[in-house]
Amino acid sequence: MSVSIRGLGHSYAELRTIERLDLELEPGGVVGLVGPSGCGKSTLLELVCGLREPTTGTIAVGGAEAASERLSRSAYMPQRDLLLPWYSALDNAALALRNRGLGKAEARREAGALFERFGLAGFERTAPAALSGGMRQRVAFLRTLVAGKPLLALDEPFAALDAITRAEMQEWLAAALRGDPRTALLVSHDVEEALYLSDRVLVLSARPARIVAELRAPAPRAADRDAAITDPTFVAAREQALRALHEGMR
Amino acid sequence: MRRWLLPVLLLAALVGAWQLAASSGALADVFDLPAFLVPSPAEIGSSLWEDRSLLAENAWVTLREMVLGLGCALIVGLGFAALMHRSETIRDAAYPLVVASQTIPIVVIAPILVVWFGFGIGPKLALVALICFFPITVNALDGLRSADPEAIKLMRSLDASRWQIFRRVEAPTALPSVFTGTKIAAVLAPIGAVFGEWVGANSGLGHLILTDNAHLEVARQFATVVVLSALALALIGLVALAERRVVTWR
Repeated sequence: MSVSIRGLGHSYAELRTIERLDLELEPGGVVGLVGPSGCGKSTLLELVCGLREPTTGTIAVGGAEAASERLSRSAYMPQRDLLLPWYSALDNAALALRNRGLGKAEARREAGALFERFGLAGFERTAPAALSGGMRQRVAFLRTLVAGKPLLALDEPFAALDAITRAEMQEWLAAALRGDPRTALLVSHDVEEALYLSDRVLVLSARPARIVAELRAPAPRAADRDAAITDPTFVAAREQALRALHEGMR
Repeated sequence: MRRWLLPVLLLAALVGAWQLAASSGALADVFDLPAFLVPSPAEIGSSLWEDRSLLAENAWVTLREMVLGLGCALIVGLGFAALMHRSETIRDAAYPLVVASQTIPIVVIAPILVVWFGFGIGPKLALVALICFFPITVNALDGLRSADPEAIKLMRSLDASRWQIFRRVEAPTALPSVFTGTKIAAVLAPIGAVFGEWVGANSGLGHLILTDNAHLEVARQFATVVVLSALALALIGLVALAERRVVTWR
């Protein structure tokens, strides 16, 4: 599913968060968005997903501009896992199906079929509080995938994890996207994460956000993460992104 | 252990001191009263035993008023809280009135209720419900409003309707507050029931206290107070038990 953003602007009352932003995302592509904290990255994702309305400009997801259409075509994965503590891991993963009116048993069967592939087999009935950080994040991602929408909007999905788990989860997400390619927008404050997981990385400036640099990732979602991120071309791209990030903060 | 032991020890010490002061006649001397008007805990205990069927009969009447009144308050209070949560207009219009209504000492309208509803169970239920309504409604509304806005956004992106957001996120979030409000209401319920009986009744613990007062049956009056307090404690215990069964994720 394609995403086309033209002349996008957004403000909260007097505060301008995004200014004249253009972005084209081809179907099946993954675009990473990096930028300083508070630059409006999350707002941009919420705008694309139809959770907010732009102040100026247009956003089309699969050619449709109406917020309700954008909402029905994109699955939003927020920074925090936001698993509902009163539901089991399986019932959390199946939320979108239940919301669509599927019966409990059927929704559980459909979501449960993916637990094995996500390394969650045997944890279907576990309460979220009893899961590790990495597992919670996997359930949250599963919940996003089960929604069955063509566009994934991932808002710093691994920000809350420790460094080792985060690296593991990046590798895991890369494998998941290799096996089941999706169009995705990935917001991250981590240049390395964005460069590893995306085809292209857009560097945003401080608020109001605009694009200051666009980089092509050298080895998107490579099977060997360690080799990929230590490759000289990757290191050079990362340095280029960091420089752009610094310039954008001025 | 310590949580139970310390209050039990303190209670035993207080009752022991009272027993000594009353049985030695010191207490009656201090108040300058005949000894039979200042019963000892042992005398109250024997009244509890000897008048057990009379006390049980009247306790049943009062308990029924408390439980049914609390039930009415729960139905009306939760419904009203949901309504105020759903509509900002209703909340803005009604909430100040709900708070202001608490400045009316509800017990003083007991005689009016008797005029309207007669001497049956009606005015007692109305009084208990009126007293219990406020803590239940206010706590439930607070609970509903404390739902995580991020979780609500997530639910929207998972295609949830307004009703599904209420059922799957807001209502479970509010449950602990609802139980808190219900426990406060359970403490107030006997006050409503007793005042209802004082204004017009021919049975119930409140009625028994009044008739015993006229006949200077002080020991049995104390015994009635003990039973009344036990009823309230049992009701709070029951609510706490239900909370533990329902709110399993805390």
